[in-house]
Amino acid sequence: MEVDRGAMDCAVDAQSLISMSLMKIHSSRTQRGGIKLHKNLLVSYVLRNARQLYIREKYAEIYRMQQYEEVMAVCSGIQELEPLEPLEPLEPQGAEDAEPEQPGRAAGCGDESRAAGGREPPEPPYYRSCCMEDQFSQNCNKTTVLDLDTHVVTTVENGFLHQDCCCAAAAAPQCAPGAAARKRKVDSAGCSPDAEEPSDYTAGRKRLKREECSGADASNISNLISIFGSGFSGLLSRQADLEQVCSKQALASLGAWTRAIVAF
Amino acid sequence: MEEESDTRKINNSFLRDHNYATEADIISTVEFNSTGELLATGDKGGRVVVFQREQESKTQPHRRGEYNVYSTFQSHEPEFDYLKSLEIEEKINKIKWLPQQNAAYFLLSTNDKTVKLWKISERDKRPEGYNLKDEDGRFRDPSTITTLRVPVLQPMDLMVEATARRVFSNAHTYHINSISVNSDLQTFISTDDLRVNLWNLEITDRSFNIVDIKPANMEELTEVITSAEFHPQQCHTFAYSSSKGSIRLCDMRQAALCDKHCKYFEEPEDPSTRSFFSEIISSISDVKFSHNGRYLMTRDYLTVKVWDLQMENKPLETYQVHDYLRGKLCSLYENDCIFDKFECVWNGSDSVIMTGSYNNFFRMFDRNTKRDVTLEASRENSKPRAILKPRKVCVGGKRRKDEISVDSLDFSKKILHTTWHPHENIIAVAATNNLYIFQDKVN
Repeated sequence: MEVDRGAMDCAVDAQSLISMSLMKIHSSRTQRGGIKLHKNLLVSYVLRNARQLYIREKYAEIYRMQQYEEVMAVCSGIQELEPLEPLEPLEPQGAEDAEPEQPGRAAGCGDESRAAGGREPPEPPYYRSCCMEDQFSQNCNKTTVLDLDTHVVTTVENGFLHQDCCCAAAAAPQCAPGAAARKRKVDSAGCSPDAEEPSDYTAGRKRLKREECSGADASNISNLISIFGSGFSGLLSRQADLEQVCSKQALASLGAWTRAIVAF
Repeated sequence: MEEESDTRKINNSFLRDHNYATEADIISTVEFNSTGELLATGDKGGRVVVFQREQESKTQPHRRGEYNVYSTFQSHEPEFDYLKSLEIEEKINKIKWLPQQNAAYFLLSTNDKTVKLWKISERDKRPEGYNLKDEDGRFRDPSTITTLRVPVLQPMDLMVEATARRVFSNAHTYHINSISVNSDLQTFISTDDLRVNLWNLEITDRSFNIVDIKPANMEELTEVITSAEFHPQQCHTFAYSSSKGSIRLCDMRQAALCDKHCKYFEEPEDPSTRSFFSEIISSISDVKFSHNGRYLMTRDYLTVKVWDLQMENKPLETYQVHDYLRGKLCSLYENDCIFDKFECVWNGSDSVIMTGSYNNFFRMFDRNTKRDVTLEASRENSKPRAILKPRKVCVGGKRRKDEISVDSLDFSKKILHTTWHPHENIIAVAATNNLYIFQDKVN
């Protein structure tokens, strides 16, 4: 989706649009007359558009950084034939949590395999790992996913959390073709566009967690992304740490809205 | 209609002249009846005010009939849905008149959940001379009655009464956005976000669902119905618009459930104008058939489009209402103005279309001459019998005198509801809590 940024009258920041939209959805709960379905549907479209743009921009940034790091890694690998620093001996796929201090490290399967002392054969870069097809080796089908809400690290077989994919596929029938196209350039796996959305998020989430040090704003956005990783239902059903946007109390009532929607 | 028009304001007896705008007084709908003799307004407080046109005076033929208050009644009250813990607003969303068939007038008024049929009738005589009651209404002791008399009808001051004759309720889970009376004068439809229900005017405990776009899984919801209207002549045809910018024409003879449209009107999106808010501004807020039944008019946030019923792939005409807002969509999203639902209206001959905008501006487009005009509904700018001056919004560059720049527009003053007399060039424009009626110059 190409956004006509030039036409915007203010510095349209995907992040501010996301928080604005969430505020609107929240305040619609307390409006007289009940939740307006039409208005909330339109707000969810803005949310989706802002989210897509935010993900694309993040992804582009990650890709740029990734390329830079690969170049640096190759260079350093040529110069010194030592293996990379072993990571802390945590759970095999728990390396994510323990690496906040290694900003230069590429996240993902590649790291994990190295961190685990070669327990797994070298895997392709993390952003390929999700939704991988059978053409890749079995070992490469594992993906580590960090849930930013619960801080639980899970390994996912075949590259995607089944629930996430289905919800995203259902809630995002008009997946941005741009994002899908870009994914294909990097990833030779022939993923369906819908399935790529959650993989973007899981990959994005990993990277976002690593770059979280930039402060509250970034952590809020990364939490929001984790919500939308599950599509519309994710917005409604997850308990998210959105303290900057909504009070905890208001959030507790978001869950009620889920029930209200389902009840219709 | 010429650019210069004689404007006559309503006398102040019913222009609500408050220093502050009470929420309840905000006009939420306006509608002329089929002869133009009556004009109804509904407000956020659930009240309906009906104006009647003065009979033209023989002694002052140059003075056109003015509209005066005819009847005021409380149509809907706030309610509470205990099952869902939701308050139901009393705001009148739509009023539709039934064509007059006898001395009384009938109209349908609706809030978010309930449609009511109101009968407005006059009483100018009252019976006097009862035997068992005296003039104060107290009962007389039968033993004191020595003679009998027949009560006679004596003239009295005209009294206009409104009574609710039917209440059509419990048929809508979502918020009703429109109602439309069928040309058969026996049925009408009420439409909410996901369903269209068909009613018989005589039967209140049953309605037929004729359109249902609710998905099995609400998480898959991608569009809602925004408005629906019956065809003015074909009693089996109706159209409904969606939040995705499409219109579907349905024929009730095809099937009981009209989920399959017989015509689908949609214009492909222009990818060069894509933005965060593309979905919002393409949502249709109003759909109206032309009086001759050959065209459809739709209003979305920035444009009005006229569609030929025979051509589905693109509109016949597109008119820019306030394209200068395209660059301000972000702030309009922030202050919620982007969700405003503007209505649009045809004139009696289908040659001119009209719709509202911000800053109390409203726009008219002449379909034949392709001329358009922007007028303003405000007390300061129009004195009684004064001619309305065309307004212009300056979009950039040097602002000329009398032009107003986009940044000085008052977005709290919006004209969402307008209506046009069915035969004459008389328009009624609702500006927040004020009603303006403008008439064409008398030759």
